[in-house]
Amino acid sequence: MATEQILSPLPGTFYRRPAPDQPSFKEDGDTIAVGDVIGLVEVMKSFHEVTADKAGTVVKFLAENEDAIMAGNPLVEIET
Amino acid sequence: MTIKVISPGLATTVQDLGRPGYYHLGIPLSGGMDRFSLQAANLLVGNEPGAAVLEAVFMGPDLEFTQDATVAVAGAELPPKLDGEPRKTWSSFAVKKGQVLSFDFLKEGARAYIAISGGVDVPVVLGSRSTYPLGALGGHQGRALQKDDELPLGGGAGPGDGRAVPAGLQRMPGNPAELRVLPGLYWHRLTEVSGKNFFSDTWKVAPEADRIGYRFRGGRKLDFVEREQPFGAGSDPSNIVDACYPYGSIQVPGGTEPIVLHRDAVSGGGYFMLGTVISADMDLIGQLQPHMPAKFVEVDMEGALAARKERHLLLDNIAAALA
Repeated sequence: MATEQILSPLPGTFYRRPAPDQPSFKEDGDTIAVGDVIGLVEVMKSFHEVTADKAGTVVKFLAENEDAIMAGNPLVEIET
Repeated sequence: MTIKVISPGLATTVQDLGRPGYYHLGIPLSGGMDRFSLQAANLLVGNEPGAAVLEAVFMGPDLEFTQDATVAVAGAELPPKLDGEPRKTWSSFAVKKGQVLSFDFLKEGARAYIAISGGVDVPVVLGSRSTYPLGALGGHQGRALQKDDELPLGGGAGPGDGRAVPAGLQRMPGNPAELRVLPGLYWHRLTEVSGKNFFSDTWKVAPEADRIGYRFRGGRKLDFVEREQPFGAGSDPSNIVDACYPYGSIQVPGGTEPIVLHRDAVSGGGYFMLGTVISADMDLIGQLQPHMPAKFVEVDMEGALAARKERHLLLDNIAAALA
């Protein structure tokens, strides 16, 4: 078991949910497969899906809903 | 004589120094948001300063070369990798046929200019190879790059490795960014207090900021001098009778969020403009990420012209250093 992070490829505003009235893409303890959507980044009037580049189990989210993020910021810590 | 797009990045477009002469018809200049870095990148690979390059915003593309070439990346610190091996920004490097150029995460700035020896040889439309995506004009099919696109190159292996722009000749915004502003025709619409607040507040780049306009928020709301709105103007005090919008002009709809019109600007409309960001600092706006702090700094015409001269001199010095 190793702890790894999934990083944001983009700067912008991070969202954990697909829409305000819907549940988060992933919660602590959920399993993540490569290619799963873990959140959205809003920038330049568009929303971009952030997908997992590695598989594992969510330990915790390091960025919260509506956080301002920079490219390369860690979004979630997973156990692989 | 092409590059193949393996992955397009976020909104990578072909840009040169733009398409002057049609703004009165509603077709904006377009071209690189940061013209300084675009020209520096071209000089590094031995191109004319205004040759067509790729402008990558926030995230780089993956590109496969089908011929030998020289490449340079200037502007944002978006570290290039050649077949996975790191290369430096603001420096030229040789690329062999079959190699793949990719990029690491963005470290600083917002837009990287990827110059390739011979330039990107898309058709010239109205005098320019620049892309105006909103009008589906120019560049590669009038749009941002997509996976599997093939871009024609002007050709030539270029000067190869080892040409670099010294750190002292590079130009990027500080933190907070300082954007110099010449107060304009409608400055009188603001109350004295709001005029002072505009320049003393620290603003932040809104995530909506794009090639058309850079939106800022976080400063105090601007108040207007009371008046009866003239015939033809909208009812909000930030409305005016329709006027031409200069590049760099700062409109503040509703007095809340200043928008600086940039290279893909709309050419006219009914919002008052408090002033104009000077031409020398338009490049800096192109390098601002969302949420970056920025201050507006008042200058007069003399100061604006001196800044323009200084920026030209910096480019001349780069050209001389690489000659």
